[in-house]
Amino acid sequence: MIAAIAFYLFAAVLIASAVMVVTSRNPVHSVLFLILAFFNAAALFLLAGAEFLAMILVIVYVGAVAVLFLFVVMMLDVDFSAVREGFQRYAPIGGAVGLVLFAELIFVFGSWTFADDAAGLRLNPMMPGADNTREIGRILYTDYVWLFQLSGLILLVAMIGAIVLTLRNKPVAKRQDIGKQVSRMGSVNLRQVRSGAGLAELGIERPPVDAPPAPKQVEHHGGGHH
Amino acid sequence: MLAIGLSHYLTVGAILFVLGILGIFLNRKNIIVILMSVELILLSVNLNLVAFSAQLGDLTGQIFAMLILTVAAAEAAIGLAIVVIHFRNRGTIEVDDVSTLRG
Repeated sequence: MIAAIAFYLFAAVLIASAVMVVTSRNPVHSVLFLILAFFNAAALFLLAGAEFLAMILVIVYVGAVAVLFLFVVMMLDVDFSAVREGFQRYAPIGGAVGLVLFAELIFVFGSWTFADDAAGLRLNPMMPGADNTREIGRILYTDYVWLFQLSGLILLVAMIGAIVLTLRNKPVAKRQDIGKQVSRMGSVNLRQVRSGAGLAELGIERPPVDAPPAPKQVEHHGGGHH
Repeated sequence: MLAIGLSHYLTVGAILFVLGILGIFLNRKNIIVILMSVELILLSVNLNLVAFSAQLGDLTGQIFAMLILTVAAAEAAIGLAIVVIHFRNRGTIEVDDVSTLRG
């Protein structure tokens, strides 16, 4: 009973905040409602018994993604009233597409049942009374280790991509300019050098280096200290 | 086993998905809100996966949901990076203006 009330409460707040995300006039409010939606989705995950995913959702979405959105919305000085126009124009077609899609989803859910042997086809059945986090860890690092590595690779590629995309060329940065190197004349030339003489004899190609200056002789002034 | 019926979770997921689609249509010009709508769609998919996982007592769905979460985070990071450099180059984030390459 208490679970049902909690479910309906969280679901209602989730849907209401999702509506506010897409219809809000100010994008900062959109991001804040997105955070609220993520919190309520995490609560729904908790009610479904997926504690680990609920906590990951709060950490990753609220802690990282939503804050990233907030940074970008606040950093970019965008005239949001100009961006906003066309809202009324697209509302009817958007509503029609949404309605059709929702009807289709309801038809799919209505006409669909579990297979009779669904319980036997489970890949990783939950043990009764086992911790959700412990079970996920047990199968994530053994059976699904490649999926885990793939997630790491996706994050690495995303990180490199984001850094490369937003890297601004600074004038002080030293970079290799291949065209400049190839077209450089005068300082590099080709010369026929007698075999075995190039490195051994000075004066063939390298200019003779002056002998290092001899260390100054310390003059003694009769032993007196100045 | 779920405390609430599976169909309730699926209905919430479907409403969330439709709201995400609607958000893409309504905010045709604001790419930041479009990215947020994509996040909502991915969240609804995660909700469905978790609901089925809980209903069947199978943990595989939660592993899939974790992969989707990772992809969503990466997608948000790259999308926002593209928005930032586009804003830096053009001074606006209107999606309709992104047609410089059109002949």
